[in-house]
Amino acid sequence: MITKQLSVFLENKKGRICAAADVLARNNVNIRALSLADTSEFGILRLIVDKPEEGKRVLNEEGIVVRVTNVLALTMDDTPGGTLGVLRVLAESGISVEYMYAYVGKTTGKAFMIIQAEELDAAEEILRRHGFTEADMSEI
Amino acid sequence: MSFLNETMECMPREELKKLQSERLLDTVRRSYENVECFRNRMKELGLTPDDIHGIEDLPKLPFSYKKDLRDYYPYGLFAVPMKDVVRVHASSGTTGKRIVVGYTQKDIDMWDECVARMLAALGVTSGDIVQVAFGYGLFTGGFGLHGGAAKLGATVIPISSGNTANQIQTMVDFGATVLCCTPSYAMYMGEEVERLGVKDQLKLRIGVFGAEPWSENMRAQIEEKLGLKAYDIYGLSEVLGPGVSCECMEQAGMHVWEDHFAVEIIDPETEEVLPAGTPGELVFTSLTKEAFPVIRYRTRDICVLNAEPCKCGRTHIRMAKPDGRTDDMLIIRGVNVFPSQIEEVLLKVSGDRITPNYQIVVDRVNNVDTFDINVEMSEVFFSDNIKEMEKLEKNITEQLRAMLGISAKVHLVNPKSIVRSEGKAKRVIDNRKGKI
Repeated sequence: MITKQLSVFLENKKGRICAAADVLARNNVNIRALSLADTSEFGILRLIVDKPEEGKRVLNEEGIVVRVTNVLALTMDDTPGGTLGVLRVLAESGISVEYMYAYVGKTTGKAFMIIQAEELDAAEEILRRHGFTEADMSEI
Repeated sequence: MSFLNETMECMPREELKKLQSERLLDTVRRSYENVECFRNRMKELGLTPDDIHGIEDLPKLPFSYKKDLRDYYPYGLFAVPMKDVVRVHASSGTTGKRIVVGYTQKDIDMWDECVARMLAALGVTSGDIVQVAFGYGLFTGGFGLHGGAAKLGATVIPISSGNTANQIQTMVDFGATVLCCTPSYAMYMGEEVERLGVKDQLKLRIGVFGAEPWSENMRAQIEEKLGLKAYDIYGLSEVLGPGVSCECMEQAGMHVWEDHFAVEIIDPETEEVLPAGTPGELVFTSLTKEAFPVIRYRTRDICVLNAEPCKCGRTHIRMAKPDGRTDDMLIIRGVNVFPSQIEEVLLKVSGDRITPNYQIVVDRVNNVDTFDINVEMSEVFFSDNIKEMEKLEKNITEQLRAMLGISAKVHLVNPKSIVRSEGKAKRVIDNRKGKI
């Protein structure tokens, strides 16, 4: 369930997210999920795309700083307590979450969660043991 | 007219030249005997002290540079044993290493006299209460003004710089009549005084301002806001500190105390001496200093001399306000800043891997210098972790503060967003022109 995410550096200036999205669109890279983190001085745009390596290459070519980072992408129930179920497993195992974002999928009743944690491999192992499954990217 | 030392200050030019000649010979001999760097430079030119016969031979002598202070850090240029050095001061060098200067007791006495002379020339007397709001410490400003005001017999308030509310309260409560600080700080205090509406409670009559460039317009504003006469002073640690030159009441150029310092203007390219009235690089030679004599020290300040007699009666030559630099040094909030210092910090932060592209942006907002540094992001620096990124930003800010002594705002910007001309990034944007 470890998948590749693009982390894009955003200068604190108007139009920077737009510029990144424009590069991806022009190169036919599809954004499946995204999350934006910002501070008063800069931002980090985190993207799950259909072609991460291609995405990184085209962004780099346009002078945008990108890092490919590993994150967990898993499926959960789209019901009350769905998110809680995932978080409780991680909390009980002493794994701290750095950031996360969730999306409702195309299939009714299912949602997807992207998680960054310090010990990614351990987190994956524990989640698998508790019956969580990998997110099917075509479903996002 | 008030003189501290009328004999010296109004000495006829011919006599002054004779005195300068005697003192130069002595300085050259002492430096040659005790300072390896100077001796080597003389030898390179095939000179010995016997080839120097008077002040007219000054142009024969080798130049000295700020770099020398770094190369011979900390005491390598001192001309007396350390047992005779009673004080050191330091200021920032072009890189992380500071530059150090030393003083014997006689040097301190001379320094006090130079500063006392300038204060007297501005009308300060033993009856005055002098608030010294220049920083005390390794910086020469605080102690320099302090010593001079004390020599004059005035009452000194050694408040040092900063804490504006306290400065103004002190000025009011203690009845300060003279204020010494940087012109931008004076302006800032003037605005605070206006805001607090306490101008009529001030007893200030004379302002002694220096250590950074300022304009006639700014002078008029400071005079208005603080209700005093504002005067310009000039000095640099390598040569002495404050007191190398200063205005008189005529406010028409700064008299260089030529019995202690010989001054030249040279063409920085050809190194030829230029006549008075022609702008060029300001070069100083100390004539009486013992611990740290300087010979033909290249200040990198661009300046012009005025040899016309002054209405005040002083015979000592006048220099205009320095107008720019021959190097890339910036003066921000009274502190000397070299782009190379910023480069050094960025290289260190990257773990000696790479110096990112950067740009220094200096401006003046509400009469205070703003200091921003844009740093281009690269994959070496970028992390997906916000905490890491904030740590990076903080790390750069803190290391800069440690090196420069002033704070800069660091901005992480997109790669290639710093404008390049002919492939070379423009390192400094100074938007203060016309605002000071």
